[in-house]
Parts: sequence; C-alpha cells; structure tokens
Amino acid sequence: MASEIKQGTLELVNHLPILQVITPMLIAPLLVVLNNKTLSWLLSFLGTLACLFISILLIQGVSDGSILTYYLGGWVPPIGIEYRIDAANAILLFLISIISVIVLIFSYSSLHAEIPEEKHTLFYSCFLLCLTGLLGVVATADIFNVFVFLEISSLSTYVLVAQGAYLDRRALSASFNYLIMGTIGATFFVIGIGYIYMATGSLNMMDIAERASQLGDNRTIQAGFAFIVVGMGLKLAMVPLHIWLPNAYTFAPTVVTCFLAATATKVALYVLIRFVFSVFNYEDNFVNELFFLLLMPLAVIAMIAASVIAIFKQNLKKLLAYSSLAQIGYMLLGLSLMSQKGLASSLVHMVNHGFTKAALFMSLGAFMLNTKNVYIKSLRGLGKSMPFTSAAFVIGGLSLIGVPGTAGFISKWLLLEATLETGYWLVAILIIASSLFAVIYIWKIIEVLYFSECSESYSEVSVLTLIPIWILALFCVFLGINTSLTVDVANMATEILFK
Amino acid sequence: MPIEFLIFLTVFTPALVGGLNLIFNKKPNVRDIVTLLGAMITFYFSANIFLGFDGQATQYKLATIMPGIDISFHIEPLGIIFAFLASGLWILTHIYAIGYMRGAKEKNHSRFFFFFSMSIASVMGISFSGNLFTLFLFYEILTLITFPLVSHKGSTEALRGARVYLSILLGTSIGLQLLGIIWIYFSVGTLDFVKGGILNGSFGSLELIILVGLFAFGIGKAALFPFHRWLPAAMVAPTPVSALLHAVAVVKAGVFTVLKVGVYTFGVESLSVSGATDWLTWLACFSILFASLIAMTKDNLKARLAYSTISQLAYVVLAFSLANSLGVLGGALQIVTHAFGKITLFMCAGSIYVATKKTNISDMQGLGRVMPITFLSFLIGAISIIGLPPMGGSWAKWFLILSSLEADKQFVVLVLLVSSLLNIAYLLPLVAKGFYLDPKEETEIIIFKEPSALVWLPPAITASISFLLFFYVGYIRDFMLNFGLVS
Repeated sequence: MASEIKQGTLELVNHLPILQVITPMLIAPLLVVLNNKTLSWLLSFLGTLACLFISILLIQGVSDGSILTYYLGGWVPPIGIEYRIDAANAILLFLISIISVIVLIFSYSSLHAEIPEEKHTLFYSCFLLCLTGLLGVVATADIFNVFVFLEISSLSTYVLVAQGAYLDRRALSASFNYLIMGTIGATFFVIGIGYIYMATGSLNMMDIAERASQLGDNRTIQAGFAFIVVGMGLKLAMVPLHIWLPNAYTFAPTVVTCFLAATATKVALYVLIRFVFSVFNYEDNFVNELFFLLLMPLAVIAMIAASVIAIFKQNLKKLLAYSSLAQIGYMLLGLSLMSQKGLASSLVHMVNHGFTKAALFMSLGAFMLNTKNVYIKSLRGLGKSMPFTSAAFVIGGLSLIGVPGTAGFISKWLLLEATLETGYWLVAILIIASSLFAVIYIWKIIEVLYFSECSESYSEVSVLTLIPIWILALFCVFLGINTSLTVDVANMATEILFK
Repeated sequence: MPIEFLIFLTVFTPALVGGLNLIFNKKPNVRDIVTLLGAMITFYFSANIFLGFDGQATQYKLATIMPGIDISFHIEPLGIIFAFLASGLWILTHIYAIGYMRGAKEKNHSRFFFFFSMSIASVMGISFSGNLFTLFLFYEILTLITFPLVSHKGSTEALRGARVYLSILLGTSIGLQLLGIIWIYFSVGTLDFVKGGILNGSFGSLELIILVGLFAFGIGKAALFPFHRWLPAAMVAPTPVSALLHAVAVVKAGVFTVLKVGVYTFGVESLSVSGATDWLTWLACFSILFASLIAMTKDNLKARLAYSTISQLAYVVLAFSLANSLGVLGGALQIVTHAFGKITLFMCAGSIYVATKKTNISDMQGLGRVMPITFLSFLIGAISIIGLPPMGGSWAKWFLILSSLEADKQFVVLVLLVSSLLNIAYLLPLVAKGFYLDPKEETEIIIFKEPSALVWLPPAITASISFLLFFYVGYIRDFMLNFGLVS
C-alpha cells in the first residue's frame, strides 16, 4: 500500500524525507561562516532537534505499513534519485536523530575537556556532516547515492576521531588506520556498485531488483554482491575486518565515540540488509549460501572471541569497543539466519544496543571528566562519590548483559527464539555463553565502582551532563518494558522486506 | 479490597519502604521504625490475600512486553503460603537485624536495609508471578538486589564470596533457565502458569528430560548439586541476611520456583506419566546425603548450617521429582517448616556471634550455660530440621515418605531416614557441647551473657512457631487441598 506522494506540491509534509537529510547539511556550512562557539552548539542542537521531530513524523507516517517516496528534483526514477522511507529505515532515522540530540546535550558540558574551544565550531560542523551522511545513507533508495553519503559520513568521521589527539596523540594513528580501512571498504563497495550497474544498467534499488530478477543466475551481479558484502563488512566491523574499530573508539573524544558506537556500524549493517532484501533476491541460493557459510560463522566467532578479549581489557573504552564487536556479531547473526524472526531481532538489537552502548560510553565519559582516564583502576570507589553516573552505568551494563526488564533482554530473547526456530541449537548455546562473558566484564567494572576503597574523592558531574546520560539509561529500561517502538516497527519492517 | 490491589500492594510496599530507608538515612531510629511498620503492613496485605483467597486463580495483567509475553500476576495456594511466610518472617528478622547490626557494629545500615526491603519486594513478585517470564524477571532482580547484601562487609573475602554467589546464580539462570523458558515459549506459545501444566505433549520423552534438567539446574537458587557452591560462599554476609535470605527468601524462592514450575508448567500428572524426573530423584538423594556429610566436617557454625540448607533444599527438589500430589504437599510443608527451623538456627548463630564473636563450634563449649534461651531455641529449631516430633518439620518428612512410597521408590525412604540421622549427628552436638561440656577456660565464659532482647527474642519466637506448626499443620494441608493445589 505504497502511498505515493504528489510530486511538485509545496506542502511541507510531503518533503519530510529530504528535509530529514538536508537540515543538518545546510546548517553545517552556516556554522563555519558564523564561527561562534555557543551559537554553533545552539544551531546544531536545534538542527538535530528538527531531525528528531521529522523522524518521529516519518515513523508515524510509515507505522501503518505504508512507504513514503520522494523524487529528488521531481525527476522520476530510475533516472532521478529516489528517497524511500519504510518501517525499516524510519526506525534507524529515529535512532540516529535521537542519539545525535542526546550526544549534543552531553557535548555542551563536556566537550571543552577534550577539544580546545577554538575548534568547537569546526567540530560541530563536522558532526553535522557526519549526521547528514548517516541519515542520507539510510533514507536513499539509490545505490550510488548510498555510496556518496557513506563517504560524507566516513570522511567526517575520520576527522572527528582525530580530534581525540588533543588528549592522546594515538588518536591520530587510530584515525589514519580507520581512514585506510574505511577507504578500502568504500572502494570494495563502489566496485560492487559498478558490477551491478554493468549488469543491470540502473542505480535505483527497486529498478535493479526488477531487472536482476529477469537476468536469473548472473555472475556479474553475484560478484557485485560479494564485493558489497566485503565493503560493508569492513564498515560494520565484521570480524576479521574489525581492526580499525577498537582504537578508533578508544581514542576518539567521548562525544564521538558515543555517537559512532550507537549509529555508524548500525547504518552499515542496515545497508547490507537493504541490499540483501531490496536489491538482491534473498531467496537466491548464492545469497543464502554466502550468509550461511560465511557470515554466520564469522558472527558467532565475533560474539565469542570479542567477548573473551573484552574481559581482559583494562582500558574501559577499549573494553566496550570489543563488546561492541560482539554485539555486532549478534546483529549479523540475526540477519544471517535469513528468517523473519532473525531479521526482526537484528533490527531490534540495532536500536536497543544503540541506546545501551551510548549510555555506557557516555557514563564512562562522565567518569573521565573527573579521572582524566578510563583505566579500570582509576574508577575505584566512584560508586560513592559519583552515585548518579555510576547508577546509570549499572543500568546500561545490565542491559548489555540482557537482564530481564532491560532493552538487552528483549533483543536476546528475540534472537534466541529465532535461532531455535531455525534449529541451530549450538548457536543458541553460544549466544548464552557470550552473554555470560558479558556478565564477567561488566561485573568487573561494577565491583571496582562500588566495592573498592576510593583513593581520591571526586564530586558528581553537573546536572547538564547527567541529563543525557539518564535519558539513555531510562531508554534502556523503557525499551525493555515497552516494545511497541522497537518490536512492532521491526516486525512491520521485516514484512515489507520479506514481501 | 480487590485482590489485584492487594497483590500490587504486597509487592509495592516493601519497595516503598526501601526508598524510605534511603530518605531517612540520617535518622536511624525513624528509619528502623518505618521499616518495621512497612513490614507489618506488608504482612497485613499478604494475610488478607491468604484469608480472602477463594480459589479463583485469575491472571492480572500489568503490562505487555511483547505479544505473548506479559508481566502478569496470579494467586494460587503455593504462592500465597510463600508470600505469607516471607512477609511474616521479615518482621521478626527486621527486629533481629536492628539488634544485630547495632550490636555487631556493622556499617552502612541504610544501604543494607534498602537492599533488604527491595529483596523482599522481589520475593513478593516471585510468589505472585503469573507466568514464567514474570517469575524469571523477579528471580533475576532478586539475585542482583541481594548481591550488595552478601558483599556488605566489602572485604576481599566478602567480595570473593559475593562473586561466586553472583556468577553461579546468574550463570545458571541465564545459561540454563532462560534457554528452557524460551524453548517452552517457542514450542507451546505461552508461558502462563496453568494448573496441570501447559506442555500438553509438545515435548518428546528425551526432550522432556533435558527440559527438566534445564530447570532443575537452571534454578540455581535451589542449590542442587553441583550448583550449590554459592550458598556456603554467601555466608560471608551479615547474619540477618543469612537468616532471612539464605534460610527463607532466596533459597526458598529457588525451591518455590521448582515446585511452581513443576505444578503449573510441567504438570504433576504428565511428569509422573513420562518419568522424566526419575534421574532427578537420584540426584536429589545424592545431594541430600552429600551435603549432610560435608556439613559434618565444618567447624564454622554458619558454614555447617549452609550445607545443612543445601541438604534440606534437595528435599523439595526430591518432592518435585517424585511427581505426585503427596510430594507437592510434602515439598510445600518442607518450605514452611524448614523456613522456621533454619531461620531459628541462623539467628541463634548470629546471637552467639554478637555476644561472644565466636564462629567456630569447637569454641562454643559451655556457652549454653550463659545463653540458655539461645541454645534452647537452637535445640528446638534443630529438632524441627531433623524431623522429629513434636516439631513441625516432622510432617514434611512424613508426607515425603508417603509420597515416595506412592511413587514406588522405596529407596528414597531409606535416604530420608539416613539423612535424619546425619542431621542429628551434625546439629545436636552443638547443643550438647553448649550445655554439658565445660568451657576450655573457666574464666572466659563468665563475661558473656545473652545479647539484647532484640537479638534473642526473634529466634525464640520462630522456635515456638516451629513447635506450634506440629499441631496446626492441618490448616496448611487443608488450605492446599481445598484450593486444589493437590488432590
């Protein structure tokens, strides 16, 4: 029941898909021109708030299963670029927008501790570009447009990660590493797009799907698909293409880490999902074999290995980064089951993990405002001197473990149900093993927070810093009790994708 | 008052009391009196449910998490008895805890009482939960809430104990129980507690055996061998915690869950027909004897009581595995009578510690002469645990023996008898030593006397109730018979 938007009308509501992407894009250069620290924060904040508002309107628009389309410049696809919003990307647009709002609240009170004030304007400008890229990747239905936005977001991400250099010079090498790996990934991706264009002569997703189905078993398209899987595998930090991620997360400024951990890898995974279901034929043997033989084992390895590595990390940002790798494993696993339930669990986990990890990284950031580093031993006894931050960290940690009543439990439940449905018993047991590892590395931190003698006394961070942390922590609980936003929308999305 | 309000209030009141504990942080007297009042109100509510129950087991939905997965409550005889028991004992333990925490000069009282009240709230949630998901939710909350209580002292030893506690309880519940729950949900499509079970033959015989295993081991709080190590480890906690939580709330939440799952998820009939629990009977018997034997080697009084608890909990698992209505009755009675017996023993151990700072049995010679009330209470509690008349505990054993005969497993009778003998061998020497042996140094003993009434009175009361239960056990039996828990 795709409700076509009347093209060419000037009603604002019809232009929501493009407004979602273009709002931050227009504000970004404005900041550089104005060149005022406070003003740039305010404008970015208002811009992201507008994005959030738009994304909520979009979710409402698609919540009945309809699809919103927008033709850029009025050009009809496959000639023109089409933006296409359905339940699957509406939920991600919402995730990205709300995380960016929360992160910006946090940055107001914490950014000065990590980045010199004269660079703030440029930072916010870069941040908005990154946001534009991520939103664009998700909203568009044109595969070359995906590439363009992906590069916009990646290039600005490299810059953002490098900003950590003011605290620790290793951020530069982390960023460089990321640049190299990310560019290789992008290259693979664009080669894949090239193959597809070669075979079908089109760049519009729907159009390609239609033409490809007429071609039957086509080697060129299969090669293109393989390239895209590898390219996106790099971007989403699929083991063993993950080596850029731990350092990038560790040395980037906290604000950036929060934002990236909650959104960037999920967007890459979304692209993969979109390609599998909307561009290629998910019933195709080649696709299925590739997922079953390659992605599922890799996902399981990520789940187990990254969790084990995380246990031994002393730098907590690195610990959480490895935990992210394991969580990406969960999402990939859900996708690689190639079933409706599996895909739904994957989509739900994207959102749930986004909030959970952002809450964890952000409370770590708050600790860091006091302790100046995030080694586990420097957090001793902070449970007493920073009770609110610590409590938020505990909630996030419980959600990461998957304790019932938190968001993480819902994702784990869905994923386990999906694996049982497909009959992979061993995988189900490994999922549980992985969450037990999560218990170990989270509890290690909680013990240090609450049951060690405190060496120095710190004061609790300001209310303005606590607000965003607690918004995220409350989301972790809320999404564990009310799943209408996540599970229902994800089910809607899978129905559209599996049509 | 409508019954759903009562359920809500029994869960909510302890949680509210927990919050008040934090608010009255600076005024210990106000805080403790408020908590005492809260405990009484909770008891009043659960007593109202007990009295007002008319046998209708309606489900009260609180929230729907996902389609088919709700947070819902229902009331049934087993849960009512458990809630009644836990809330009643909370009052006594609270009085005792006030005396103990002040007498033994423990720190961080507000934190302690906050988590204490919160754990009672989750116990109430467990006893009234209307489906497996809700049960699991409160079960996990209880584990997490009690962690700060176990590690209360904050010493390295306490932390190590608490870590064992947490890792075994979380490990078994996430690793096994959750898998079992999802498996049931996936196969049957519902998690509600329904009398007679919900499985309806969805599982083959081998699958059913595995499922029984997932629950028997997954409910780690039942402390079945080989997942029993957390219980002795948790004894680093202050004694009131050991008393209420590790004689009543936590461990009983475990065996209560076992029984509840047995009656309302598996269904007693289908279990006994399928024979899926036969292996569990053997394991429970082994657990009973094994833990008793270990208990005999322990000189530390609390450690000995901990192993005794492991042994006694296995009785309830045994009751589940016998899979007949007499067994369920025996298991439920065992929950009640053992609660009173064991809480008496733990509180006595705590009294001795407060008065003398002694923890080893070998040092307690002659103490009975200066602390007669404590040692008499201990004696009564011990007899009830052993299962001798005229104490309540004898009835639990009685029904278990009948049940094992009905299940045609005569060897169980032998195990139960041997276990009682072992109980005598490790519980009564303390009393004998306390009264009859001369202290090692005559001068040392005179300086000790009974601690304050706050400390010695509660165990005396629970000991008396143990005695009374012998005569009034019929009420509990009738309650369960009339409302159709067992037929």
